[in-house]
Amino acid sequence: MPDIITQDGTIKADNWTVVARPAAGDSLEVPSTPALIPIDLWLAGKEHFEGRDDIGVWLDSHDEPETLDGVVNELPLIAVNFPKFADGRGYSIGRLLRERYGYKNELRAIGDVLLDQLQFMKRCGFDSYALRADKDASKAKECLNFFSQGYQAATDTDVPLFRRRSS
Amino acid sequence: MYVYDEHDRQILAERVAQFRHQTDRALAGELSEEEFLPLRLQNGLYVQRFAPMLRICVPYGMLRAEQLRRLARISRDYDKGYAHFTTRQNVQLNWPNLEDVPDILAELAEVEMHATQTSGNCIRNTTTDQFAAVQDDELVDPRPYCEIIRQWSTFHPEFAFLPRKFKIAVNASEHTDRAAIQVHDIGLQIVKNDAGELGFRVHVGGGLGRTPMVGPVIRQFLPEHDLLTYLEAVVRVYNRYGRRDNKYKARIKILVKALTPAGFAEKVEAEWAHLKDSPTKLNDGAIERVKAFFTEPAYQTVADQSEALAKLRFENKAFDQWISHNVDTHKKAGYAIVTLTVKETGTPPGDVSDRQLESIAELAETYSFGEVRITHQQNVVLADVRQDQLFDLWQAITPLGFATPNLNTLTDIICCPGGDFCALANAKSIPVAEAIQRRFDDMDFLYDLGNIDLNISGCMNACGHHHVGNIGVLGVDKKGEEFYQISLGGSSHHDATIGKILGPSFARNDMPDVIAKIIDVYVANRTEEEEFLDTYRRIGIDPFKERVYA
Repeated sequence: MPDIITQDGTIKADNWTVVARPAAGDSLEVPSTPALIPIDLWLAGKEHFEGRDDIGVWLDSHDEPETLDGVVNELPLIAVNFPKFADGRGYSIGRLLRERYGYKNELRAIGDVLLDQLQFMKRCGFDSYALRADKDASKAKECLNFFSQGYQAATDTDVPLFRRRSS
Repeated sequence: MYVYDEHDRQILAERVAQFRHQTDRALAGELSEEEFLPLRLQNGLYVQRFAPMLRICVPYGMLRAEQLRRLARISRDYDKGYAHFTTRQNVQLNWPNLEDVPDILAELAEVEMHATQTSGNCIRNTTTDQFAAVQDDELVDPRPYCEIIRQWSTFHPEFAFLPRKFKIAVNASEHTDRAAIQVHDIGLQIVKNDAGELGFRVHVGGGLGRTPMVGPVIRQFLPEHDLLTYLEAVVRVYNRYGRRDNKYKARIKILVKALTPAGFAEKVEAEWAHLKDSPTKLNDGAIERVKAFFTEPAYQTVADQSEALAKLRFENKAFDQWISHNVDTHKKAGYAIVTLTVKETGTPPGDVSDRQLESIAELAETYSFGEVRITHQQNVVLADVRQDQLFDLWQAITPLGFATPNLNTLTDIICCPGGDFCALANAKSIPVAEAIQRRFDDMDFLYDLGNIDLNISGCMNACGHHHVGNIGVLGVDKKGEEFYQISLGGSSHHDATIGKILGPSFARNDMPDVIAKIIDVYVANRTEEEEFLDTYRRIGIDPFKERVYA
């Protein structure tokens, strides 16, 4: 597992595993340790996991967060995959999970997660980041905190700058 | 014009520090070239054919004198002493060093300037009419809305990695469209509804490049307060569903076409239903605050100078030509709008030296309340000149090369930097512009030809807007040789049209002759009232084909 960066830039260790989508014809192997499984497989068989509080899901950047409407908070952890750092769909997914579907638990960015994208992920509702293994986790804190404020409302604040100014 | 408060200043200072950090890490090898690429592009920094190129943002084209002076100083200290006005109302430096860019940004920040989001797959500088607020035919000043969009789009956390670049333009004039909004990703036409309320007609999916399209209307009327929530809905739909597998199919126009405009509009409306009443919804206070920066300058009460000007024009033919072509009517009595042309033959269109930038600053202070506007035709506007000072101004700018009275004529060419500078270009564009300018150097003949938009791009990316030129020229590469393809009938105005390709392309040396033949066909066929585009629309492309390929 790569370093997990928290929203305040500290490093934490945990033992969540991202379970890859099984090849066609193979069945899903769920480990006995905490596991993130593909969203559609969880939705298709979520009754199998009812006894466990250490099963979460991961969404790929083309997956639709709409499918989790009403059930998001059954999940202790949701991860969103950034297949390439330049694929920005995950930011919209993060905001939708938080702002539209009311997800309250941990939201993790996985995949091609680099230092300079952390600030955007944070504003879009991600609160943990599986930094790519070759990147220097000790710089995460600085990179998360370059900006003390933003112009827009996003997941982190519902007060855009224009409302702070005109009030 | 807009002035920063402590929030804007702080955000910009933090951005400068961040880019310094990113550049240091890139130079130290901690960021791969691929990883640094979008970071530097979002800060306007390209690596070009000979050196990096830095594109500096000029929000909706407005500059103050002190900013012009700072640009002059930067171009002298960090570059070769000149800068280039772009077709997106921005300014480019062609020769800075990568290591110097953080310092350049720090110098820019001191005068409230930056290079934020002037490139990359994000929301770019919002552009508008260079004659905003000085002509009578607009509903309201469009610039406050541009500034509101600027703030919303700056470092928007959700939209930093869109499928492709994203450009928004705003127009408030009822009869003309100098902002070419229908060839933008989003074009906003300010309108009033039947109840007299202010809002926007929203066009989405226009654009140039490989697949030129005129943007269809996806909403006839969007209330003023809903501007940002609706933009957020449009860009979110694009961010989620725009194609990312092929960069030539990644612009929003391809998505709009694939879904059909009605299908796209439906998706946006569904998204917007959730966002409509979110905190991003504008309120009167927020709009009024920004509007307060765009109040009228301290105009004096002066009468129109028609008689005095008529006398001067009668006595001086060159002044008369300049007034006819480079001076426009102002909404205030006794004032005029002056366009300084940066199209002197022998100088690449839009290029200015450091001294010229300083001269423009001084002219702005002496004649036009210390402000100028850059136009997408790569010229500079002094928007508020007193008519009784026009003659002095004309005398002052003539030796500076800003009085070439060719505005909107065949030789007022829009031209990208082309193969002389740009790594993307297939062909040079500046020498073609120059050869055409040399061929058509008889001003009387040019005036007789009337308004003709001649636009040149050195490649498919269409920075020179060739598709919407009445005559468009596109540089193409054929087995390592430069050729030029011509299209006719394009327009970037209210009647936005994509030009039609004339036929096989031509060698560079043939271009002045080919243009001359096209002009011959127009001259032979026009009626008294017709501009080039009217004649073309009436007689079609065939007579031009026959003459050019005879």
